[in-house]
Amino acid sequence: MTEPPLLSVEDLEVRYRVTSGWFGGSDVHAVNGVSFSVAEGETIGIVGESGCGKTTLGQAILGLTDISAGAVKLRGTERDRARRTQIQIIFQDPQSSLDPRLPVWRLITEPLHIRGGYANKQLIDRASELAVSVGLRPEHVDRYPHEFSGGQRQRIAIARALAVEPALLVLDEPTSALDVSVQAQIVNLLLSLQAQRKLSYVLISHDVSLVRHVADRVAVMYLGQIVEEGPTLDVLDAPSHPYTRTLLDAVPRFDRPLASIAPRAGELPSNRTLPTGCFFRERCPSATAGCEQPQLLVAADGLRKVRCHLVTNVHGMGRPRSAPRPAFPSDATA
Amino acid sequence: MAVDGIGAPRQAVSRFREGRLWYRVKGSPLTLVGAAIALVVLFVIIAAPLLAPYPPDKISLSARLAAPSLQHVFGTDEVGRDLFSRVLFGARASCGIAFAIVILSTVIGSIIGCLSGVVGGIVDTAIMRLMDVFLALPALILAMALSAALGPSLFNAMLAVAVVRVPAYVRLARGQTLSLRNRTYVKASRSFGASPAYLLRWHILPNALSPIIVQATLDLGGTILTAAALSFIGLGAQPPTSEWGSMVSSGRNYFLDQWWYITFPGLAILISAMGFNLLGDGLRDMLDPRLGGR
Repeated sequence: MTEPPLLSVEDLEVRYRVTSGWFGGSDVHAVNGVSFSVAEGETIGIVGESGCGKTTLGQAILGLTDISAGAVKLRGTERDRARRTQIQIIFQDPQSSLDPRLPVWRLITEPLHIRGGYANKQLIDRASELAVSVGLRPEHVDRYPHEFSGGQRQRIAIARALAVEPALLVLDEPTSALDVSVQAQIVNLLLSLQAQRKLSYVLISHDVSLVRHVADRVAVMYLGQIVEEGPTLDVLDAPSHPYTRTLLDAVPRFDRPLASIAPRAGELPSNRTLPTGCFFRERCPSATAGCEQPQLLVAADGLRKVRCHLVTNVHGMGRPRSAPRPAFPSDATA
Repeated sequence: MAVDGIGAPRQAVSRFREGRLWYRVKGSPLTLVGAAIALVVLFVIIAAPLLAPYPPDKISLSARLAAPSLQHVFGTDEVGRDLFSRVLFGARASCGIAFAIVILSTVIGSIIGCLSGVVGGIVDTAIMRLMDVFLALPALILAMALSAALGPSLFNAMLAVAVVRVPAYVRLARGQTLSLRNRTYVKASRSFGASPAYLLRWHILPNALSPIIVQATLDLGGTILTAAALSFIGLGAQPPTSEWGSMVSSGRNYFLDQWWYITFPGLAILISAMGFNLLGDGLRDMLDPRLGGR
């Protein structure tokens, strides 16, 4: 690889200090050593259940959350103030991500307004252009957010993110606050913008079918770690890690009524004190000896990386039941 | 939506938006009444010397306690001063002081509240506990105690009532700051590189301001009452200042035979307090853009 990737996240850790009552406090380990990279024009999907650190990861990439360890690099250099506009974010709820007191043109051009040096006339013209590019009408820019539907508001939020010509958008559950009928429109808008502007996306979602439709690669997160990462269809059609299988089993499908799925025991472990060994051990249907050792994210078959010794090291440990593909022993040390 | 067609001139759209405020005011007759009363009171404060037929302190012992007539529209008091003139000039003392109190307590309260919300920690806790102490005492009793301790005068009464009103604004401003700081649009703005000053100027202040303005307008009515009450018991305006509360107080002695002495200053208090309350109520409904869409 001659050129560094557009975005690379290296051993990222995020811990919050939470105070409980009057005495002391404890650390929340929201993100625990996440590494991945995104190429130009690529979409990576981050999936996982509620509380697994997806959103914190997104905010850490943006710089909205302080990083405890590790690095977020943009084209090989640490993200600083000058290049922070290269990464923009689309929030889940367009209702709350738009200031109700500002007209749409002012909302859309907020990043430019912050930068300063533009006349209002220029900003309004730019806002109209951007509004058109996300499927709004130019005269909409004179209105206020409450006059729009959820889908239109999300379009406004997208136009705002595009105002500074970013290279990468973090999409934090971009459709989950929207009606089903509108979700597809927003997804299609995002896809066509990506094609026009060569955008890269980090798509944070718990909607597996959305990720399947949009993402080139997918990373599955569990308790602040990536447990499996690889090309979308490989991972989603033939999951290797036991957690990925559990997660995908929970997705309703026509050919498999929900009632037939055995409920999984246990809650997400507390992220105040991290479990030892494999984080998923206590809920894992295939937990055996060796799971008490910390697990590393290592290459399995092909382009896939898995954090499970049962998959990556077949010798002596056996393979979890119904593992879709044989893993290659030689990859265990890769 | 043919009117909003793509070719529609931008001018038409903005004219529509400017018309909206008036449209909403028209929809609420009580707000209009409140606004009209407030305007009349403001006009009287400014133009009292022009409107009053007599100087407010002009004693005319030959016309003591005269009933309302064409010479003295509201009648006269026990030393023959024209009550109409005194009521008009009383607006300056009674409502002027109410404005001063509200502005003073709003500004002080908002500053303390925003600081408290932004700084947080032990400073925040200390400020809020102190405010709780103020709130625990009945407002009028506290104002009486303060102005009695400072010595009876209009200025001290103003200070006392302002101090008593501060905690409400501190709580309001602090709550607004805390909730706004964590709004997604503030986060979004931060992600675009906005400085704290920018956030305060464009997102936090504009959104925190309207509840504070509404509270201030609503408080005007109550403040007029409190200031009048202090004067009524002799802790506020001192004679011969014409002030509605002290006029009611001295008129009380003549209530049975000279009804006009107490009635007109009392009506002035009632009408102006009600007017500002109605205006505040209407403003609350109007300043919230989410309610405006209905």
